[in-house]
Amino acid sequence: MKNSRRTFIKLAGIAAAGLAVAPKKALASEGHAPVKPNSTAIHAEHWAMVIDTTKLHTAEAIDKLAGVCHHIHNVPHIEGKQEVKWLWHDTYAHTFPEQENPHLAEEVHERVFPLLCNHCENPPCVRVCPTKATFQRPDGIVAMDYHRCIGCRYCMAGCPYGSRSFNWGEPRLGLDLEKLNPEFPTRMRGVVEKCNFCVERLAVGKEPACVEASEGAMHFGDLKDPDSEVRKVLREKFTIRRKPSAGTEPSVYYII
Amino acid sequence: MYNGFAIVAGLVIFFAMLTAPFALGTMTKQYKEPELKLPKNEKECIESTEFMRTEHMQLLNEWRDWALRDGKRTYINHKGKEFTISLQNTCMKCHASKADFCDKCHNDAGVSPYCWDCHVQPEGLK
Ligand code: SF4
Ligand code: SF4
Ligand code: SF4
Repeated sequence: MKNSRRTFIKLAGIAAAGLAVAPKKALASEGHAPVKPNSTAIHAEHWAMVIDTTKLHTAEAIDKLAGVCHHIHNVPHIEGKQEVKWLWHDTYAHTFPEQENPHLAEEVHERVFPLLCNHCENPPCVRVCPTKATFQRPDGIVAMDYHRCIGCRYCMAGCPYGSRSFNWGEPRLGLDLEKLNPEFPTRMRGVVEKCNFCVERLAVGKEPACVEASEGAMHFGDLKDPDSEVRKVLREKFTIRRKPSAGTEPSVYYII
Repeated sequence: MYNGFAIVAGLVIFFAMLTAPFALGTMTKQYKEPELKLPKNEKECIESTEFMRTEHMQLLNEWRDWALRDGKRTYINHKGKEFTISLQNTCMKCHASKADFCDKCHNDAGVSPYCWDCHVQPEGLK
């Protein structure tokens, strides 16, 4: 017989069927939580992003940043309706439908805008997620635990910004396996994914990859710190956020 | 004894089934621990071999929550040494082959953990 341990277990199962079930061994917890944040990590009370759309507003420039983001996060490339995206671009009308007016400056109207998860202060996606796979970290980042996601897509229905993508098929089929980033996992079929504000980079002291690659068109920092870079630009420039009536309080601000 | 034969026969079958795994177990070949390919450059894992052997799944489970949910990505082992919490970037940097390490025991034990549905093995994906 080949797999003797398996056979034993099968037979033992039959043998045990008539017997009382032994009490489950409780998992011994040693009571020590031997963990701490990385020493190189950067921290904020509430992370926020400001995007200067006077500098960053062409499809090519935004696609280049999306390329960087999608590469380091192993985001699969799929054409059409089943597309998976963390960073993408869209028109003024789609980005700011509530802030449109018929006499908007043509130049502004013709721009395209970089879009990503807004890491809302009041995120509906977190509220509706039944498994807490989507959760908000104390620093404001709306993160996902892909291990827990059951693919119910409530969060997609809850997000007013279309910031989430569902993996309809096997994501690895949409990846160039030769050019994978070996430092970051992929996802599996049937889970939702989205921009994570580069938490894995913040943990080692780096800014988000899109910010780093934006050549100064994007700012990142602590919204609660009056001396931070984001607060400085917010003080100096006029900014708007997406769909104010949704009441989600996005942490991504756009300089128009 | 009323219905004696049926009762005795029943008991005999019951005990035969109860002891079958042990009886058959001794008849078939002895279980041998698989031979793993251990890391070349490291002598010690993050915790003792015994601990890792029995607890690595619980530890990985805790690592996941600590890193992802609590934002704490540095692990301090029982000897006070620090490690970055990461399956791909810590465990698999030493255990440079999933096939020669993980799979050996997992195949033997007939378990197929789904870590690799997402995490990239050091061999890369084919
Ligand atoms: S943009 Fe959408 S997915 Fe992101 S935090 Fe807000 S509601 Fe959630
Ligand atoms: S699809 Fe996943 S993340 Fe979204 S609500 Fe369902 S379990 Fe939560
Ligand atoms: S913050 Fe990071 S994850 Fe989000 S869009 Fe930018 S590069 Fe991608």
